[in-house]
Amino acid sequence: MSANFVKNALGRLVPTEVNGVPQIPYMGVGKYKPIRRKYAPLISSCADYPADGNKTEPGLKDALIKSGLRDGMVISTHHHFRNGDLVAIQIFDIAKELGIKDLVWVPSASFECQSVLIKYLEDGTIHHIEGSMNGSLGRFTSQGKMKGMGILRSHGGRYQAIQDGEVIIDIAVIAAPTADAFGNATGDRGPTACGLLGFALADSQYANKVIVVTDNLVPFPCIPWQIQGNNVDYVVVVAQVGIPEKIVSGTTEITKSPDRLLLAEWTSQFCDEAGIIRDGFSFQAGAGGTALSIGIYFADILRQRGMKARWARGGSNKYLVKMLEDGLVENILDGQTFDLEGVRSMRENFGHVNTSPFTSYNYHGKGNFASMVDVVILGATEVDVNYNANVVTHSDGTLLHGIGGWQNCIASKCTILPIPLFRDRMPIVREEVTTICGPGELIDVIVTERGIAINPLRKDLIEKMKNSSLPIKTINQLKDEAEAICGVPDKPKFTNKPVAVVKWVDGTIIDTIWQLDD
Amino acid sequence: MNTIATSGNKGKGVRSDCYVNLEITKSGGIKIILESKVEVMFGKANKELISGILNFFEIKNAKITVEDSGALPFVIDARVEATIKNVIDSKKEFLLPFISQNNYKTAKDRNRISRLYLPGNSPSLMINAGVHKPDGIILDLEDAVAPNKKFEARFLVRNALRNIDFYGAERMVRINQVPKGLDDLDFIVPHNVNLILVPKCESAEQIIQVNNKINEIKTKCNILNEIWLMPIIESALGVIKSFEIATAATNIVAMAIGLEDYTADLGTRRTSEGIESFFARSQVVNACRAAGIQPIDSVFSDVADMDGLKNNVLKSKALGFDGMGCIHPRQIKVIHENFAPSIIEIDKAKKIVFAFDDATSKGLGVVSLGTKMIDSPIVKRAINTINLAIKTGKLNQNWKEELHVS
Repeated sequence: MSANFVKNALGRLVPTEVNGVPQIPYMGVGKYKPIRRKYAPLISSCADYPADGNKTEPGLKDALIKSGLRDGMVISTHHHFRNGDLVAIQIFDIAKELGIKDLVWVPSASFECQSVLIKYLEDGTIHHIEGSMNGSLGRFTSQGKMKGMGILRSHGGRYQAIQDGEVIIDIAVIAAPTADAFGNATGDRGPTACGLLGFALADSQYANKVIVVTDNLVPFPCIPWQIQGNNVDYVVVVAQVGIPEKIVSGTTEITKSPDRLLLAEWTSQFCDEAGIIRDGFSFQAGAGGTALSIGIYFADILRQRGMKARWARGGSNKYLVKMLEDGLVENILDGQTFDLEGVRSMRENFGHVNTSPFTSYNYHGKGNFASMVDVVILGATEVDVNYNANVVTHSDGTLLHGIGGWQNCIASKCTILPIPLFRDRMPIVREEVTTICGPGELIDVIVTERGIAINPLRKDLIEKMKNSSLPIKTINQLKDEAEAICGVPDKPKFTNKPVAVVKWVDGTIIDTIWQLDD
Repeated sequence: MNTIATSGNKGKGVRSDCYVNLEITKSGGIKIILESKVEVMFGKANKELISGILNFFEIKNAKITVEDSGALPFVIDARVEATIKNVIDSKKEFLLPFISQNNYKTAKDRNRISRLYLPGNSPSLMINAGVHKPDGIILDLEDAVAPNKKFEARFLVRNALRNIDFYGAERMVRINQVPKGLDDLDFIVPHNVNLILVPKCESAEQIIQVNNKINEIKTKCNILNEIWLMPIIESALGVIKSFEIATAATNIVAMAIGLEDYTADLGTRRTSEGIESFFARSQVVNACRAAGIQPIDSVFSDVADMDGLKNNVLKSKALGFDGMGCIHPRQIKVIHENFAPSIIEIDKAKKIVFAFDDATSKGLGVVSLGTKMIDSPIVKRAINTINLAIKTGKLNQNWKEELHVS
């Protein structure tokens, strides 16, 4: 790889070219504003489509061949089935069977169930992944085994990259729990209902060819529809598109860990004392046991005071649904359903609305919801003394997670990361993070079991918490405490080969992930 | 002695611990095999620590395998040292520096509302115990440690006393039943233990034996500070002898009751109503009050049932207990909140204290509230209520000034 490197605005070394495409280094929050037209899909003509609206094909293979599947194409999928997806793997099984090489897979996120795709990364069927590389796929990437360089994007960044023409999807395959033969599709009903299909929205609007795969074909019209048939080329009926039970992952149950409950309790107390919890406020609590527990504490406070939140951003789950149905929150603007109660509520409750990365996260919209949220509770694998945070690699340098909506969410009015000061012996608050995913200026509060640090930029919060009984400390005190307990960790050793880049929400490169040196 | 030994824990669900296998060999020098989930960050430091310990015990030829699930240095030390002492005879101790935060003493009459039991051989439960702010933590060498793990647990408890910051909680250890428990004292007395729990106590003699051994170690190690005792009554005989036990020594500050063993001894079962233990609990409370020490209730063992715990605490408080044990950090808050005085109790106490202040400033010998005369025990109880309310965070230290402002 002959790419040159430059230091970006955070001082991180990033490549000027990725997979042969020139790149822009991160310039700062809100600094990069391209002036040109957005990418537009090819013009289609109704004359090329059946007038009776029946776009069904006998199988996925037929649809892929008709879509012109060939070497080097960019193939996209969505992750609303999370660890229960049954479609993405089939695409590459077919590609392998047809002898196709060097595909680029652009999932909105990858899951452990897709780690079998490693064999196609090894045999050259897939060239590289743009989206997320989780678990085994991440480890494979970190070891430098992927042919091309991986690109990590946030949910909003994916929409931005598609709108910018940075990602040009040749074929989008959209698994849909219910669809009609015209291609209208919804996620909120059918035997494999997964909630919504928002992550596939950009794919349906911008891909050259769009295939809807469903196991529940209904007569036209499929109502409601989140995917419009007018954007769809082919419809394929299969036995099963996903395993609905597996859209619930282990991280969507509230925690029983006393340490995590303490973090949740302190976080909600912090929000209360800082005046964030008030009638009509808005919040977002991500997946993960600690974040979910915070929702429970919020609900308690609202109930006691007779107040209600105006809206919550989901990831919806049974706890948030209960708040909605108990009248403690008026609206859920949902980006993905984390459990089947979320799916049910989306179907039944008027105030539970499906959204997409366009409405919630997209940098090239005329505003988005993420920056309007009063408080967002998120996790991180590491945070440093400048409040920069990492969500993709671990302290041993291994890539293990995707960004999800994390980068987009930190635009909120107050971003709080409740995290343990150390996990086993790994300090989480560190001198410098292994990979920067979010700049410190957007991260406001770190809540650990040994103290709470407020970003010095948030003088307002510091002032409000002046007389708090909570243990307010500086970030450096927290780092010192972690190191006193764990010791100062050695840094991982890397080669000088970049294996993936982390994009900022605007498409610039915020950091590089390097190959692990064995 | 054996030439092969193991200690520590491994397997699914084990965290912050390590498993050590040591084989003394005849030749070939030292061979360290380290499998660690934090290899990249701490592999080098861990190897240095392990080789330093082997060197300290003058072991020249050995093969040592350490399976590390993210153990902190004090855990690795405890495991390696316990393993070594299974294969060689040595009086030496490999001690990591005592952290300065742990130098504190505790007052005889401090609050002992909650005390959190921590199994003495489970490091992952100890490390964050202090952040949950119990009044005391108990490193348990007795019932929470399996018989074949008793030996290695002593090293872990010793190191925990030296190297874990419990953030001001009273540092307690429950030793094994006397006489076996006397051997535990060497591992805790020199390391600033604040209080020792003496389980299954049935006689004053047992307390005297414990104190004799403590004093012997204190003299040897030149330790001056007081070490408090809390006997635990867990049998019918113990209940009958409770006053004798409570008054057996001046360093006894509290006495607890353990109901699981007690009900077994009676040949009955522990119920949530607790009728079977009413006599014993009341007896222990009376013995303690007569001896001028704190009566402490048994643990409530259903960690998921917070309403049950609350009811239990309210009954316990009504019987006259000053605190109770807990086996899960989430119980601490419920215990504190419900042992603490209620708002009605606090309001009443405030009025009495004001009436008392008023009478004192006017030089009156008689305190009255409205039309009622207030006796001095009632004033004393009101002051106790106020103090407890302040200690449990229910009342501001400067409550008198605040009242005047508003």
